[in-house]
Amino acid sequence: MSTDRPIRLFRNLNAKISAIPMIATALVVFVGGTFWTIVYSFTNSKLLPRAKFVGLDQYERLWGTNKWLISIENLFIFGICSLIFSFIIGFILAALLDQKIRFEDTFRSIFLYPFALSFIVTGLVWQWLLNPDFGIQSVIRSLGWESFNFDPLYNADIVIYGILIAALWQGTGLVMCLMLAGLRGIDEDIWKAARVDGIPMWKTYLFIVIPMMRPVFITTIVIIASGIVRVYDLVVAQTSGGPGIASEVPAKYVYDAMFLSQNLGQGFAASTMMLLSVAIVVIPWAYLEFGGKKHHG
Amino acid sequence: MADTAATVPAVGGAARAEPRGRKPRRALSRRNIIIYGTLIVAAVYYLLPLYVMIVTSLKGMPEIRLGNIFSPPLEITFEPWVKAWATACTGLNCDGLSRGFWNSVRITIPSVILSIAVASVNGYALANWRFKGANIFFTILIIGAFIPYQVMLYPIVIILREIGLYGSLTGLVIVHTIFGMPILTLLFRNYFSAIPEELFKAARVDGAGFWTIYLKIMLPMSLPIFVVAMIIQVTGIWNDFLFGVVYTGPETYPMTVQLNNIVNSTQGVKEYNVNMAATIITGLVPLVVYFVSGKLFVRGIAAGAVKG
Repeated sequence: MSTDRPIRLFRNLNAKISAIPMIATALVVFVGGTFWTIVYSFTNSKLLPRAKFVGLDQYERLWGTNKWLISIENLFIFGICSLIFSFIIGFILAALLDQKIRFEDTFRSIFLYPFALSFIVTGLVWQWLLNPDFGIQSVIRSLGWESFNFDPLYNADIVIYGILIAALWQGTGLVMCLMLAGLRGIDEDIWKAARVDGIPMWKTYLFIVIPMMRPVFITTIVIIASGIVRVYDLVVAQTSGGPGIASEVPAKYVYDAMFLSQNLGQGFAASTMMLLSVAIVVIPWAYLEFGGKKHHG
Repeated sequence: MADTAATVPAVGGAARAEPRGRKPRRALSRRNIIIYGTLIVAAVYYLLPLYVMIVTSLKGMPEIRLGNIFSPPLEITFEPWVKAWATACTGLNCDGLSRGFWNSVRITIPSVILSIAVASVNGYALANWRFKGANIFFTILIIGAFIPYQVMLYPIVIILREIGLYGSLTGLVIVHTIFGMPILTLLFRNYFSAIPEELFKAARVDGAGFWTIYLKIMLPMSLPIFVVAMIIQVTGIWNDFLFGVVYTGPETYPMTVQLNNIVNSTQGVKEYNVNMAATIITGLVPLVVYFVSGKLFVRGIAAGAVKG
């Protein structure tokens, strides 16, 4: 601070003024808002936030609530399945597109267009496709397979997989794009060397290319994971949390607690738990990515 | 494995004899059939929902009740589209999606302009006019992009209520500007950093100031990145549901919220054709952006992916 001469201060004034929105957002909304929510998650706020602290009461209630436990379970199943499947599907599609094929752009456009659509649109389309009376189930039954049963949205045991199908349809294009960028980043010489050595293609992928793509994979995991925690619109559109509470997710629990059942404290506690789960994923990644070496961005 | 000249013929006698097998390109090699076959099957899976949406929206209700969802319409009717646009009911009012559409337009345009203006100037300041502490705030901003929105929902309600903008379109525009800031600032900062610094220094020597350099040099040189930013923001804001439902009221609901209310309203007979027409209409804007922008969209999502 002591090195700040008046002239320098004046010269950077415009830059400082133009950074005010960023500073305000960073400090007031991101830091301030987050701390405010964490602090008020220890209060018994109901309709309005009240600074009456009750310790860990809200958290105890939260983990004793069936709806929350189902939400967490769903998030786990959904999260793990969508990570695995979007990785596999995304990588296979990217590897296929990377074979110097014709119509690459056409195929890529087709795989990626659902990503342009909102979760609401995605959820509603798949609600219709999975409608047991008119959708896929009824079509296959009308083809003669009378006992065919596929009604995930009306079966509490498998409803989360119905949502998973829609989520994969919407999101795998993005994973494919990231993977394709990773594959394109691999030196052509490595392929040539592998070919000269007579290593079969699948082995080259498995033992040479995939280990080389580690950074891309990690970035993709972080992107998918931070998206999974936020899943909200898709569930609202496709099932509204039903049947019953079988497809509830944490983000919906937060919204319902805050804005529908006037139970702010529960909403704050639940959103703090969401923050915690994101931190568990993001902090190790940020440490690996930016901790050791210098890195831009 | 020891792959000497001796072992190759021994193993390869049957299938993979000489090194010159396999490679020559034939149009219908087994490899091509597998590749294109898989790609085509995948393409069908991705296109099917769009096809079903369009087909369903062009059928009358009697035909939907009888036929199957994949069959093309026997009698094409545009009535569901008209109804979805003008008279579909949300429970409160019956003026269709048009209200939500215009709300979304009134939300998207100012949000896109404001967020890009703020973020581009900010990215420019971070790239070329570094000042003490700037990077700390920037780091907080980027970390903030990973915080689940749910954590900040209520504090923003309080802030907006305090300044009297809760429930208004202006409030929602501010919210979109805030949450667009991390990714856009990153985008612009990285782009401006890549512009040769000599250019910037030469302009400084010639006496150009902060705004002159921004408007006369940086802006004209970075039109592509502005287009990328616009694509990210237009699709992102148009598709937003959470902020719309939290920060606006029934009169000012954006299109996604209204679409959900129309389709998932419990009263009355379900009109699937109207629902699908409404769904397509809502998805049309981002789809047009997507197909028109082509490769720039890919660039945009690679950058915007962080936003989730």
